[in-house]
Amino acid sequence: MAKRKALVSTRLCVACGCCMKVCPKNAISIPKGIFAQVDRELCVGCGKCMKECPASVITLEVLES
Amino acid sequence: MNKKKKWYDYLWVVSLTYLILGFFNILFAWLGLFCFFIPLIISIAKGNKSYCNRYCGRGQLFALAGGRFGLSRKKDIPGWMKSGVFRYGFLTFFFVMFFLMLWNTYLVFAGAKDLSMAVTLLWTFKVPWHWAYHGTFFSHGVAQFAFGFYSVMLTSTVLGFFTMILFKPRSWCVYCPMGTMTQLICKLKNKS
Repeated sequence: MAKRKALVSTRLCVACGCCMKVCPKNAISIPKGIFAQVDRELCVGCGKCMKECPASVITLEVLES
Repeated sequence: MNKKKKWYDYLWVVSLTYLILGFFNILFAWLGLFCFFIPLIISIAKGNKSYCNRYCGRGQLFALAGGRFGLSRKKDIPGWMKSGVFRYGFLTFFFVMFFLMLWNTYLVFAGAKDLSMAVTLLWTFKVPWHWAYHGTFFSHGVAQFAFGFYSVMLTSTVLGFFTMILFKPRSWCVYCPMGTMTQLICKLKNKS
């Protein structure tokens, strides 16, 4: 199965932190209060952040392996 | 997988208590200033949004009501509501209404206007609130500010609750004026 990674639309992100809270791998941070950043090494592509995001600006990117 | 809860995950209790206290004595509304100054101080001093990210009790309240209690449809928020035009426009509108409220407070302070024992919901509807008035300190202006500030807090709760039902639980966070303002401060601060 192809790997998936969360992808944040940084332009529309409001930096609320909902994704960070729900991420089971602690792969998301909001270092500068502007947008969320996903650590692609830690992300397992579960999609919880995508469901939680109140602005719906997170998508799951499918990586070709 | 459940994350271990930290002390700040329970700040929704504080937010709820705040709203309840305002029913009994309006002067408690002054405590709401913490929700204004703490996020501003954090964003100015540290250049991040850890208030929104961790400590915002209002956000937690919406997350609980919409998530655990299932009061949210969990639909996507419309595109225009996350646009910069709407977010900054709402911030501006909020500011204007806030200064009008301060002006009203000043008029009562100066004795040009009588104390109005009402809470204004959604900037329009005057809701009688006299039962929460049990006297004040120094001047009637102190109580007027409390009524005005409580109006701001209750209005944002009602609006946030409404969009919580329609869209994702914390959809208030998308257009929350404090959130927009602290993000703007972070943008300016981290530009250099």
